[in-house]
Amino acid sequence: MATEKVLTSNIRPDLSYVDIAAYESSGGYEGLRKAMTLAPGQVTELVKQSNLRGRGGAGFPTGMKWSFVPMGADAPRPKYLVANADEMEPGTFKDRLLMEGDPHELIEGMATAAYAIQADVAYIFLRGEYLLSAERLRRAIAEAYERHYLGKNILGSGYNLEMHVHLSGGRYMCGEETGLLNALEGKRANPRTKPPFPQVSGLFGKPTIVQNVETLCNVPHIVKNGPGWFKSLGKTQDSGTKIYGVSGKVKRPGLWELPMGTTVREILEAHAGGMRDGLKFRGVLPGGASTDFLVADHLDVPMDFTGVAKAGSRMGTGTMIVLDDHTCPVGMVRNLEHFFAQESCGWCTPCWSGLAWAEKALSAMEDGQGQPGDLAHLEHICRLCAPGNTFCALAPGAVEPLQSALKYFREDFERHIAEKRCPWRSHE
Amino acid sequence: MQAQEDLSVLSPDERQEIEAELGHYPNKRAVCIDAMKVVQRHRGWVSDESLRDIADLLEMSADELDSVATFYNLIFRKPVGRHVIMVCDSVSCWVMGYDRLRERLMKRLGVKVGETTADSRFTLLPIVCLGACDHAPVMIVDDDLHHNVDAENLDEVLEKYK
Ligand SMILES: Cc1cc2nc3c(=O)[nH]c(=O)nc-3n(C[C@H](O)[C@H](O)[C@H](O)COP(=O)(O)O)c2cc1C
Ligand code: SF4
Ligand code: FES
Repeated sequence: MATEKVLTSNIRPDLSYVDIAAYESSGGYEGLRKAMTLAPGQVTELVKQSNLRGRGGAGFPTGMKWSFVPMGADAPRPKYLVANADEMEPGTFKDRLLMEGDPHELIEGMATAAYAIQADVAYIFLRGEYLLSAERLRRAIAEAYERHYLGKNILGSGYNLEMHVHLSGGRYMCGEETGLLNALEGKRANPRTKPPFPQVSGLFGKPTIVQNVETLCNVPHIVKNGPGWFKSLGKTQDSGTKIYGVSGKVKRPGLWELPMGTTVREILEAHAGGMRDGLKFRGVLPGGASTDFLVADHLDVPMDFTGVAKAGSRMGTGTMIVLDDHTCPVGMVRNLEHFFAQESCGWCTPCWSGLAWAEKALSAMEDGQGQPGDLAHLEHICRLCAPGNTFCALAPGAVEPLQSALKYFREDFERHIAEKRCPWRSHE
Repeated sequence: MQAQEDLSVLSPDERQEIEAELGHYPNKRAVCIDAMKVVQRHRGWVSDESLRDIADLLEMSADELDSVATFYNLIFRKPVGRHVIMVCDSVSCWVMGYDRLRERLMKRLGVKVGETTADSRFTLLPIVCLGACDHAPVMIVDDDLHHNVDAENLDEVLEKYK
């Protein structure tokens, strides 16, 4: 079945730079041009009707978020729009493709979103290690200024927008939207109390919208082609296309833009080529490190917000990490908890202390030193870190792979403890 | 008394690059991470002297700036080797053979993760997922991302960095 490519249609097989002329010749900046003929509120309305939901992990309805921004002459200024290009969720590699492969699409998406909320300044908060993205985005921003898609009096509309790239100093917490705002202000990336919500009081205390790269890239297409078209792209009730990814021991790891709601099975088998020869599928983290495992019973789950939630996990970023039968599930979860314990900002006790304990217990288990009470203790930590018990979503995300591994791969944990060794490690 | 300017270790280029960033933000302190990265790009790391000068320039205290610096793992407050290797230790790379790659790197360089070789050629650091999971295992050397690094091609990659 031929799939309509929306976000990735300009991306070249060799990933070479797509300049502004090439972007315009394939219809680029028409979404922004059209937006400029509408009132800002009408643009927000289109995005609302399209049912676009955030692609950064949480799936919050995008248009609704914009509608909380104070508008009109009395609104506080300057207002800000920030692209969350931090992409630090382990196993996630989709935003890099969009920024390297077609940087103007993000810039057009940002300019269009910024117009809708009447932002004055836009920042791209970019992972410090994404140097090629930085170079291409800066080049594309300069081209866009030259063609009056950015700067003063954009396309003669009287609307002004500045755009800058900020390269992050590192740390996973920078991707959390309020941690990100602190980082942009030159502070430690600790999260902030909500309310006030960033839409009302965000960057430098002004109204701010933070949106994932992939989310923003959808915006000009919605404005140009309409919400009905956007809804029709998805296979299920969740609209649009989605950039899905697969890593791990499959035949063809990679990224594919497919209709929202494509099943896990189709992505793993038809696109990623199935498991490597001699290996069996055991499970998958459907949307990055901070999502619950799905197992063979879930292969026919549609990869959309609703479907994956029904199966007990989250679509998250839509980039899957596959666990095969030659890889130790305990070792995999140990690796994940090492990451989360290291990246905890240290504010809440269940997070910093619980995750550090979990990492230590899992390491001990791997080294043949697991104790019979460990599994109950790990489950207790999962409950302590449940949503609502900590200041931000890092801790609840951190225990999603752990709690689901304890459920689906319990016998593997028990074997580690009973046999006092990791059954997957070659005998030393 | 000597003017502050003369004591500053910041070079004219560094100052100019930091000042260019100032125009992007509504206040000076917001530039502090960018400023430390400017200095690091020129000198490899951020010394106490550089830190003090950046703090002066941005009207912050050095302690305040240091508390920001120590939060971020890409700001180096200790000297590093001529080349910095950052090897991804996150989940997809782990599944695809990070442990073997790390062993090989440590053996080849004669250092542990977090250390610098005796000849100052390489500093070996861990890094979280580099967003190249479909090419795991991966590592960055200086500004270059290397895909599918394994025992077979590791030596070839390292040879490029003298
Ligand atoms: C610890 C943590 C890290 C996050 N990292 C990212 C990230 O790197 N990129 C991203 O887009 N969202 C990230 N998020 C989600 C953001 O907080 C926020 O929900 C998102 O940027 C909103 O944009 P969206 O609605 O377009 O998805 C992270 C959340 C948490 C709790
Ligand atoms: S949950 Fe963890 S990362 Fe989030 S605020 Fe609490 S300690 Fe910090
Ligand atoms: S896990 Fe290593 S690049 Fe993503």
